[in-house]
Amino acid sequence: MTSDEIHATLLRCLTDVAPDIADEEIEDDADLRDELDLDSMDILRWVQGIHKALGVEIPEEDYGKIASFEDAIAYVAARV
Amino acid sequence: MTTYRDAIRTALQTLLRDDPRVFFMGEDVGRYGGPYAVSKGLLEEFGEDRVRDTPLCESTFVGAGIGAALGGMRPIVEVMTVNFSLLALDQVVNNAAVMRHMSGGQFEVPIAVRMATGGGKQIAAQHSHSLENWYAHVPGIKVLAPATVQDAHDMLLAAVEDPDPVFVFEHQMLYGIEGPLDIESVPPSPWRAAIRRVGNDLSLIAYGGSVHKALTAADELEKEGVRAEVIDLRSLRPLDRDTILESVSRTHRAVVIDEAWKTGSLASEISAILAEEAFYELDAPIARVCTLEVPMPYAKHLEEAAIPQVDRIVEAARRSVRGG
Amino acid sequence: MPSLGADMTAGTLAKWRVAVGDRISHGDIIAEVETDKGLIEVEVFETGVVEKLLVGEGEKVPVGTVLAEIGAGAATATVPESASVPESASVPATGSASVPVSASESAAGSIISAGSSEVDLDGPMASPAVRRRAHELDVSLRGVQGSGEHGRITLDDLEGFPRGSAAAAIVGGRLRISPYARRLALERGIDIAQVRGTGLSGAIQARDVLSAKPSVQESGKPVSASERMQRAIAAAMTRANDEIPHYYVEQSIDMGNALTWLREANASLNVTERLVSGVLVLRAVARALRKHKKLNATWQGGKPVPSEEVHVGLAVSLRGGGLVAPALRNTDEGSLTDLMARMTDLVSRARSGALRSSELTSATITLTSLGERGVESVTPIIFPPQVAIVGCGATFERPWVVDGQVVPRPVMRVTLGGDHRVSNGHQGARFLSALDRLLQEPEKL
Repeated sequence: MTSDEIHATLLRCLTDVAPDIADEEIEDDADLRDELDLDSMDILRWVQGIHKALGVEIPEEDYGKIASFEDAIAYVAARV
Repeated sequence: MTTYRDAIRTALQTLLRDDPRVFFMGEDVGRYGGPYAVSKGLLEEFGEDRVRDTPLCESTFVGAGIGAALGGMRPIVEVMTVNFSLLALDQVVNNAAVMRHMSGGQFEVPIAVRMATGGGKQIAAQHSHSLENWYAHVPGIKVLAPATVQDAHDMLLAAVEDPDPVFVFEHQMLYGIEGPLDIESVPPSPWRAAIRRVGNDLSLIAYGGSVHKALTAADELEKEGVRAEVIDLRSLRPLDRDTILESVSRTHRAVVIDEAWKTGSLASEISAILAEEAFYELDAPIARVCTLEVPMPYAKHLEEAAIPQVDRIVEAARRSVRGG
Repeated sequence: MPSLGADMTAGTLAKWRVAVGDRISHGDIIAEVETDKGLIEVEVFETGVVEKLLVGEGEKVPVGTVLAEIGAGAATATVPESASVPESASVPATGSASVPVSASESAAGSIISAGSSEVDLDGPMASPAVRRRAHELDVSLRGVQGSGEHGRITLDDLEGFPRGSAAAAIVGGRLRISPYARRLALERGIDIAQVRGTGLSGAIQARDVLSAKPSVQESGKPVSASERMQRAIAAAMTRANDEIPHYYVEQSIDMGNALTWLREANASLNVTERLVSGVLVLRAVARALRKHKKLNATWQGGKPVPSEEVHVGLAVSLRGGGLVAPALRNTDEGSLTDLMARMTDLVSRARSGALRSSELTSATITLTSLGERGVESVTPIIFPPQVAIVGCGATFERPWVVDGQVVPRPVMRVTLGGDHRVSNGHQGARFLSALDRLLQEPEKL
């Protein structure tokens, strides 16, 4: 899977969780929680969506590693 | 122009003349010509076999009428007033109403019963009841309440033609009213309500002796800029739900006028129907204008105060327009 | 002329203490009357303006004779155009007792000139009868256009005026609105909290909704759903603040056991069944409420009605800035996994606007958790008609004393807001202790 495809999938999972986020708003290096006002429920649902779409399981202790969008892409890319 | 009582007599004549199965019986209907003069001259015209004076025993002659109907006749039974009909209630409720059902459709009871009803003539507590609702409560029978001269004629014909027991309630204050009577035209179905006056601000729903009061009230309200619709229910069982609902869905307000006591009245039934099926159309609570919850007084001014009158209808309508 | 004694048949108006045009109040002395018993001061029981003095000083009249007419201010009509009334017409009212006056001159001393707003003792001009009627109708005179002289409000003006105010339409916590009007409002996107009802007791009827325009912002665009929600929240919170006497108690809870248990549980759970700490708090609050029924009630008709079941409303903030607190029914029952699933579903539906009306109206208490952003504690406002609210701050590592040693522990500050008409601080404190105890044994939740 290419980085772009992962990006697109992660984005889709994110907008599933928070439908009102427009694509343009997400800066790659911004902290998702702060930038997009996501709480732990949102993150969990995003993680569940990523698991469902890509089969990648992200344990709780790794949440810090997906704090920003680009971090998340890198994390998922390494495990997909 | 004919009177209400003459219109009924005309219908009786037509029925007796055209259908040999029809006969007419009741207290004082023959020699006396009827307590309200409805059957004056009929004994002379049709003879004792067709016009029969009965003993003073409602249970017996209503029962006999049921028997005759079971035997293939089309009896018209006059019970002098609804007050006396109580003595025949068992015959009505436990025989006439259930015969078809209990016989699995083998027996039918095509009896027509006419009764005077209501108050207003100072005949006091035992003789002024409006118990149409008791009859309208029972499955297996039908109930009509003609409020106009035309309906007084047409509804009797329909009652006799109907294969099931039909009870026709004639408000005693209506016998002398005058109105047009056309015996040639095809009458509308008796089982439908009629909109006697069109309006979009509120629906005044009435039957029998109250319809004219509702119309007068509507005239009063017109002066205040409130255009009231007046519905004459005509049929009390079955009730014409469609007309009632269509009207209130358009006007969004309902005032029901019923000369019976409010508790357990037809007005209550109509209110329930409206609440069930037109809830989201209601812009104000449903109002019921009924006889006050007292035995009918004898003194004229008290009787007048107890029975729904135009001023109470107008006041209820005003309140409804104000939102309850 | 009052009867100042049982055998008095007539009295002499010795001296007027007021002049035409003077403003008088209930209890003022208006005249001195000479009787057999001596000189008696006569009080007036109305508030208004002296319009006419009908009996001259020194005149003897029978008891019952009208001595003067008091109105709501028509005296201004008699001020002649050419009168040398000073521009700043703020001549004080009662001081003119010492000025000898005749009827025409006193007009010039009238203290209410058209433009003066200084002597606005009782607001708009209206007679006592009008004021009484306005009170009966719950109409504020300030909004009524008077059709009498100089804008004086008459009884007729009141009869045509819409009764009540939007706030009056709320009776016993419920908005008085007809079903048809409610349906119309829904169809037209009109916020019923903003509609003024003209029906009896301020009930909102169809015509009120039909004449209400959907609120328009300055830009001319119709108000968005989120703005409407914002206003509804504002209205509810204002009302809560006005009506509910809040008390607050707070407790710091050691979340160590809970978080440890959570980590271990999640490590072995499928990602689809993973739990968040919020569900532990939610369950613990619900269980604690079972034993503290006073906090699990709704305020209805002037008294608290306790609920047998616990339905915790979860405050969910919406991205547009709105806030909803839909209820998770029977929050104390079922497995934690179930509750987590239900909570997830509820939150997602709350955010996508797909809540059910029963969820919006059945909460018996609300839990609000701002614990993601570093807010240490929250002092929440109760959502009427509930009688309590629980607010949680973020969980922070703090120095904590365990067995005499200072160790870092994750600590969360929980605040209970209670309706003091229903419960008190002691009861609130016991609830928080119960909550604490429950969170120390997360495996039992």
